[in-house]
Amino acid sequence: MSDSILQFQNITKRFGSQTVLDNVSLDVGAGEIFSLLGPSGCGKTTLLRICGGFESPDNGRVILDGKDITSLPPNKRAIRTVFQNYALFPHMTVWDNVAFGLKIAGADKETITREAGKYIELVQLTGHEKKKPGQLSGGQRQRVAIARALVNKPKILLLDEPLAALDLKLRQRMLIELDTIHDEVGITFLFVTHDQQEAMSISDHIAVMHNGSVEQVGNPVELYEAPKNSFIAAFIGDTNFFDGIVESVDGEYCTVAIKDFPSLKVYNDKKLKKGDKVNLSIRPEKFSISSTEPRITDAHTNLLRGKVEEVIYLGAHTRYWVRVQDWRISVIKQHFSYALDEKNIRWDDEVWLRFEGDNAYMLERYTQEDENLLALPDI
Amino acid sequence: MKRSANIFLLSLPSLLWLLIFYALPVFIVFLFAFRTSDAYGGIGDKWTLDTVRNLFSPGFSAVIWRTVWLGVVSTALSIVIAVPIAYHLAKMSPKLRNIVLMLIIVPFWTNFLIRIFAWKVFLNPEGILRRTLVLIGLIPEETMLLYNQWAVLAVMVYTYLPYAILPIYAAAEKFDFALLDAAKDLGASSFQGFRKVFLPSISKSIWVAVMVVLIPALGAYLIPDLVGGPTSEMMGDRIAQSVFTERNLPRASALSALLMITVFLPLLLMTALKWIFGKDDEEEESRTMGARS
Repeated sequence: MSDSILQFQNITKRFGSQTVLDNVSLDVGAGEIFSLLGPSGCGKTTLLRICGGFESPDNGRVILDGKDITSLPPNKRAIRTVFQNYALFPHMTVWDNVAFGLKIAGADKETITREAGKYIELVQLTGHEKKKPGQLSGGQRQRVAIARALVNKPKILLLDEPLAALDLKLRQRMLIELDTIHDEVGITFLFVTHDQQEAMSISDHIAVMHNGSVEQVGNPVELYEAPKNSFIAAFIGDTNFFDGIVESVDGEYCTVAIKDFPSLKVYNDKKLKKGDKVNLSIRPEKFSISSTEPRITDAHTNLLRGKVEEVIYLGAHTRYWVRVQDWRISVIKQHFSYALDEKNIRWDDEVWLRFEGDNAYMLERYTQEDENLLALPDI
Repeated sequence: MKRSANIFLLSLPSLLWLLIFYALPVFIVFLFAFRTSDAYGGIGDKWTLDTVRNLFSPGFSAVIWRTVWLGVVSTALSIVIAVPIAYHLAKMSPKLRNIVLMLIIVPFWTNFLIRIFAWKVFLNPEGILRRTLVLIGLIPEETMLLYNQWAVLAVMVYTYLPYAILPIYAAAEKFDFALLDAAKDLGASSFQGFRKVFLPSISKSIWVAVMVVLIPALGAYLIPDLVGGPTSEMMGDRIAQSVFTERNLPRASALSALLMITVFLPLLLMTALKWIFGKDDEEEESRTMGARS
């Protein structure tokens, strides 16, 4: 990680009796895109507002570039925000919106013309300078908001759910554009989102927040492949949870007894001992599904037998729900070859599931209710 | 074709109403200004320009000047007081806001005359305000609070303030206060945000408030009559005098016409200003409206 430019130190914030942020500490590296990810109500927006100076924490400090800015008002911080609804000034033109920060800072005319023009060009809005926000599309408005925030060359750009108001295609386009803009200006982006795909695709580091606490900080791959607990495992991507007891330890591996399953051989990354309780997270794509019994060549390969309950064909891959005794396992099969040539696995077929012991991950903490995150929402 | 005919038919009743009960009487008032008066205080049967010529008697220009400055200053004061009130009203919690709005509106339930008399009691030489101020030495013993221009100004501001608050509040309530956060985020102080973002956003409502207050303020008659002294006469008083004391209807008509012109002039001026400066806004509005439909 590069040098840290922004630090949250033991931030606690209460609204009435409700603790919105509970002793949150984070380090944001200079020049990176850092995401605060979590479901609504997890405190991520409050943390962003504390960073922007719109809320003050009950406890803790915000350090920007080595200086304590906890008690500075928003207009005295070298931090700019792209608000969720953009908050463009409706009575001003695009040009005046972008130039606002420069005028307030007392820049001379020449600087204003040069800088405002530069950032309007950066967000590809040249030619729209005389329009008012009401005449722009959602994507254009957002780009005005970005240019307006960047024009003062802040040390950090805060983005509060910037893509939430856009439709899917535009969202993907803006993600790429945000990444491009980030590469050009090179400042730190602090990105708040509830959408794990957004966060995964754009971030250098992600802090996953839940109920006012940071559950885990890491890069996207770490979060996906090595989730600390069942919340991360279920919130980032999709997974299967299994709980069991360590039967025996064999070097770096161990054997786990799970109800109704043959004993599973998995990598013992938490160094558990015989008799310990264990919770495993196994991602759907880590299973390989076949209608014939696969040959086992490795000592740490596991095999399960089950019956297909559901098949959802999605083009690039197919998702199966496979019943193994009391367990319903989610499995994803990538179609590497022409799918029409493959022998299709259908509903009610007896199948074999194979997975390598290295591909199961032991969770530090498991909470039953996190399984709800895996369920489809109620209609 | 049929549509516009329908619109004309629908607006016909109100057009007729305006014509018969507004335009025609106004025209008659203008007309009376050029008639002679008869011995019984009615309208004579000859045409004359004397009334208009004699209008500008000595001391009359002072009345016009006083009318204009009291009207303009009371309007300005009302707006200056109303804007921060509207701003805070819009930011208040709904519960508190309803209470304050009630407090602003409740005085309307009391008769206007009674409210002015309340002021007479309040500002009375023996009233609590003067005696307290004298007691704590803020004003000398001989200061009169009542029967002067300042009393008129105070009561005018008191009377017209709600008319200024309500339209500005209506606009402030629709204002997105997140914009002030955005202004602050971009480096603006609270005051800069207020001046460069809040005020321009509600500027139309301020114009409305100016109209709503200035027009009745220029025509004020009861307030200077009751709390003003002989030196704080306004046009309205002169008209009342001509009708009730001098029994000179042509003179009253001429004065009314003059007042009407005084009222209409700023109105015309403002419309012209709006037409010149506000052109872009309206264009934009019609364009966005077109885009939406």
